[in-house]
Amino acid sequence: MSDAQMTTRAKDKSRWERFRESDFFYAFKRSPIALVSFTVVCILVLSAVFAPLIAPTNPFDPASLNLMNGFTAPMEPNAFTQETFLMGTDDQGRDVFSTILYGMRISLFVGVSAVLFAMVLGIILGLIAGYFGGWAETIIMRFADVQLTFPSILVAMLIFGIAKGFTPVEYRDQMAIWVLILAIGLSDWVQFARVVRGATLVEKSKDYVAAARLIGRSPWAIMIKHILPNALSPVLVIATISLALAIIAEATLSFLGVGAPPTQPSLGTLIRIGQGFLFSGEWWILFFPACTLLALALSVNLLGDWLRDALNPRLR
Amino acid sequence: MLAFIIRRVGQSILVLLIVGLVAFSMFRFVGDPIDNMLGQERTIEDVERLRTQLGLDQPFPVQYFKFLEGAVQGNFGVSYRQGRPVAEILMERAPATLELAAVSGLLAIIAGIALGVFTAIRRNGFAAHTIMAASLVGVSLPTFLIGILLIYLFSVELGWLPSFGRGETVSIGDWWTTGFLTQSGIKALILPAITLGLYQMTLIMRLVRSEMLEVLRQDYIRFARARGLRDRVVNFRHALKNTMVPVVTVIGLQLGSIIAFAIITETVFQWPGVGLLFINAIQFVDIPVMAAYLMLISVMFVGINLIVDILYVFIDPRLRVDRKGGH
Repeated sequence: MSDAQMTTRAKDKSRWERFRESDFFYAFKRSPIALVSFTVVCILVLSAVFAPLIAPTNPFDPASLNLMNGFTAPMEPNAFTQETFLMGTDDQGRDVFSTILYGMRISLFVGVSAVLFAMVLGIILGLIAGYFGGWAETIIMRFADVQLTFPSILVAMLIFGIAKGFTPVEYRDQMAIWVLILAIGLSDWVQFARVVRGATLVEKSKDYVAAARLIGRSPWAIMIKHILPNALSPVLVIATISLALAIIAEATLSFLGVGAPPTQPSLGTLIRIGQGFLFSGEWWILFFPACTLLALALSVNLLGDWLRDALNPRLR
Repeated sequence: MLAFIIRRVGQSILVLLIVGLVAFSMFRFVGDPIDNMLGQERTIEDVERLRTQLGLDQPFPVQYFKFLEGAVQGNFGVSYRQGRPVAEILMERAPATLELAAVSGLLAIIAGIALGVFTAIRRNGFAAHTIMAASLVGVSLPTFLIGILLIYLFSVELGWLPSFGRGETVSIGDWWTTGFLTQSGIKALILPAITLGLYQMTLIMRLVRSEMLEVLRQDYIRFARARGLRDRVVNFRHALKNTMVPVVTVIGLQLGSIIAFAIITETVFQWPGVGLLFINAIQFVDIPVMAAYLMLISVMFVGINLIVDILYVFIDPRLRVDRKGGH
């Protein structure tokens, strides 16, 4: 969307009014999918952020746990303590609803951080490749091509394994979240770099860049202040779609046991734990985290799809 | 043509050399190989002997070259965790993964093409709409959740199929074990194969469908119908055949992903294949196994890419005449 045009046309209006009158907002209001998925994302993100306020118990505070509450079915009073839980409890008597809220925090934190990391890395490398060209471009883009040959989940696993090898044994559990962010981020930068490089190549030859160069702005100032804003909307689209992929990647890695540790369980870890109780009939320990993951990934994905269509003028 | 093949082969070798460098650096720099191989009780002589034996006292490029030399001969060192040669462990596990991948791949290709053609021909029918909607859900579901769902339905609730393992296997020759020849082996294969193949199947289906829709609009299809050719001949001989270039590319590339995604399926179903081995290697930081797996899978990926690129030229005659043309 052309924010710049909007600014010149309606300088006297507030930012919010300009946004409400934009095509973007109009398209948003008219799309049921966008409205629903945006609402779901908002609810999930807010409940994750305010988890300590919403959750009935803190699942990681041993004092609040009562082993007698173990394996309570959802909405049924426990045989010993008569307590009821919205989504039941797990083997240790932890409220499943609370663990989901806290787990979603970790899933979202890892997903968002990994995408931000991939975005910053991809933007920098893409700008360098597009603006300077030459051997820097050759190295960066060849490397990107090689990495793209492999599925990103495999790259993430490999980076996780290597980084785990570098962390001392006693810190591995504490560092797991950061290692996870590093691994998913590094497996995902290629898309950003390709798009930013493409946009930079187009913008580089335009007059305003020549003008900026003429008045002696440094290459980095030109890249970041002048070229980058014009490449931001595809980056935003990729970021949203990447977020859905990153959340699923994180869940997959944690499910496989090479991600978030049981001391800091994400949704994937909770599903891994829940799978163990599938055969003994305690379906809720698995079911609710799985549904939450699905709702989160699906709504972010749909939002990303919609954003891609809305921001791509060719498809209008 | 020949020049193109030579250039592609050259590129592939370069990629493999780079991956080899990554694998070697993992082995060399992640942790100390000596520490990992010798226990707490060791003498300086032991350390020195192992250092010379592993060639760690030689310059980096020489070590790298030695590593490549070993890798080409299938020698990837000794697993830190199991204390056995990595090549031996991999050979033992490979049949399970290859059988699983082959069955899932076939399933994905056959069902994917069939459903793609069906949904394209009956594109407004109820069945086609249902299949398309279901495929959208299938693409969004993470693989491991599909696996769990299938286990819940067919193992826990219905009790028809086993939820883990490979069933009984039969040895063929010295090192190949197959699950195809026993009833329990085939039963055990069904759920993992569906789990692994489903995503690829939806991809192939959606691709075949959109390509078919594109082709069915072309004039030559209308002329073929006007000539009075039967629907089946038009749909399969004329239309499907011309969708094959992108479909073969995607199928080829997806075969590589099947091997990679087997990691997830194998973990869900505790399938004793290479993928499960790799996950365990990551959990226990067993670097030689990780490095060997990386090399193995890159050879497979790069090889598949190469074959697909060359096949491309054979399938599409337009590419043969002039590589610099519009394509």
